[in-house]
Amino acid sequence: MSSPNAFTSAFRLLEGPQTLGKGIGFWSGFVVVLALACIYPLFADGYDVGNNVYFFNWAFMALGLSLIWGYGGALSFGQTAFFGVAGYAYGVLTINLGDAYGLTLVSLLAAVGLSALFAAVLGYFLFFGRISGVFLGIVTLSVTLVLERFMSQTAGPQWVIGSARLNGFNGMGNMPSLTIPWPGGDVVLFPDVPLYYVTLALLVIAYLALRMLVNSRFGNVLVAIRENPQRAEMLGYDVRKYQLIGFVIGSALAGLSGVLYTAWGNYITPSSMGMSAAALPVVWVAVGGRSDLTTTLVGTLLVLAGFQALTIYGSQYALVVMGLLLVVTILAAPSGIIITVGSFVSKGLRRRLARETA
Amino acid sequence: MDFLSGLFAFLYQTGDAFAFLVLSACGLAVIFGMMGVINLAHGEFILCGAYVSTTAAHLGLPLPFSILLGGLVAGLVGMLLERVVIRRLYARPLDTIVVTWGISMIATQGTLILLGPSMQSTGTPFGSFMVGGYGYSIYRLVLMAAAVATLALLWVIFTRTRFGVLARATIQVPHIAEALGVDTSLIYMLTFGLGAALAGLAGGLYAPTMTLVPTMGATFVIEAFVTVVVGGADIFLGTAPAAAILAVVKAGLTSWQGQLAGQIGLLVAVVLVIRVLPRGLTGFILRERA
Repeated sequence: MSSPNAFTSAFRLLEGPQTLGKGIGFWSGFVVVLALACIYPLFADGYDVGNNVYFFNWAFMALGLSLIWGYGGALSFGQTAFFGVAGYAYGVLTINLGDAYGLTLVSLLAAVGLSALFAAVLGYFLFFGRISGVFLGIVTLSVTLVLERFMSQTAGPQWVIGSARLNGFNGMGNMPSLTIPWPGGDVVLFPDVPLYYVTLALLVIAYLALRMLVNSRFGNVLVAIRENPQRAEMLGYDVRKYQLIGFVIGSALAGLSGVLYTAWGNYITPSSMGMSAAALPVVWVAVGGRSDLTTTLVGTLLVLAGFQALTIYGSQYALVVMGLLLVVTILAAPSGIIITVGSFVSKGLRRRLARETA
Repeated sequence: MDFLSGLFAFLYQTGDAFAFLVLSACGLAVIFGMMGVINLAHGEFILCGAYVSTTAAHLGLPLPFSILLGGLVAGLVGMLLERVVIRRLYARPLDTIVVTWGISMIATQGTLILLGPSMQSTGTPFGSFMVGGYGYSIYRLVLMAAAVATLALLWVIFTRTRFGVLARATIQVPHIAEALGVDTSLIYMLTFGLGAALAGLAGGLYAPTMTLVPTMGATFVIEAFVTVVVGGADIFLGTAPAAAILAVVKAGLTSWQGQLAGQIGLLVAVVLVIRVLPRGLTGFILRERA
């Protein structure tokens, strides 16, 4: 296959059986939303724009969980473990290496790589031990809870890596922001407009790349495993390998979230790996519709925005509302609110079309 | 003498870890063995038992009764929850787990809102005794006895009572049991209630030894999870031996490197065990026997 051909066939994978939305209508909507996201900083204060990068930071973890849980059918309740590992790794690396010569970007890659490696080791034992869905969930959850407890007790001065104090329960701070080396002065990505564009670009790339991934042969096998592991195995696919690869990719995305969050707020705490932190990604992904990337992304951003608003007006009730939202979603719309409403509307439209043509 | 007191210390720690693992896990194991569902609100049933028993003790009820009351209330809450929510999800076990997590979030945060950030504990009763220069809490021995008694009680329930026989029939082949006239939905509710009551009992028993905060359930769940994962679906062939083995691991690592090392060691042990024995000790023992 010649290379332009390979290029177009990769492009064609942007639409396919595993993703909702196709054709000119969907993509023009996509372009409109993207354009709105691009011009938003023109109409807002730099400080607000920088604050709102927060929402994008989490979306990577949600997309990764959608890949693992929604597409792969493996319940991973401990994505925050990889978030935390990468966040702490970024902190330790950048505090030691500094922010010159683009070393923060090297640290970003190293931290994401470390969380992927951690996921590969853990996932090897889990998937190659062929443990069932239920156990996978509680083992990954236990991992993140133990990591939280471990980091919480690193307060003493003996817990230091190079010049980075881990600081225990209070968390680690003062790591440099992401810095892009640029002729005529480095660009430091403080929470402001430049960071907004960088994060948005990363998010669009991750979203489109994942669309291609799930519509590729790999993604189709992953969905086949979710639908029926025995059948997939009988057809000759190594179930363990596919699930492990999906798990590592999803966890690397959680790691990317961790790095972006840490670099954005120059701060990471053990509670980012705790019980309620671990529950929130599950809520975002379940509410939107975990079996599709677009609904996951939209659902995550909506739930996050709602959570943020609740935290401002009645902080203590926010978690109760999140719990209720999760319970109601699973009971009333198990495949996710956006997917359920969407299929209801499209069914209604189709019925009306059928009536009009008849 | 030095050796003997060291041995006693190790046995005491192992027994303590065993009691903690058995008591925190058996409620979870009952529900898992019955329905194949992991109840992520397990920690909140423990919380419920602890708060109810402590409140009762503050109101003047003797400690043993207030502990039992804690278990009873948690059991009733569990049955109510089964009726209202869990029942609708039997066809979708993985969704049940997610729902119980939602319930857990509501319960933890709701407790924080309604009852504040902490509750006054009653303090550990009975004082302590000395062996070889170290003091040991007598109440911990009571907890070990309680763990053994709980296992014995469960054994009697599941093998000697009508409920136990019907429950085991329902576990094995639900629709045949139903065809023979067993009210399986009642059995499910009672079993879920039993699991919740055992969790509440654990909460009541441990309430005097710890600080009562809304997130206290999280202290128990890691141990409960790993014990059930290592043990598998059967309480007597799985949970109890798993707790015994893990107790040695935990006590050894705790006395060597501290409490956290004990927990990390448990988790590593679990990850290694599931690579070798994916169906837990239950699967291993049953395969040996067959």
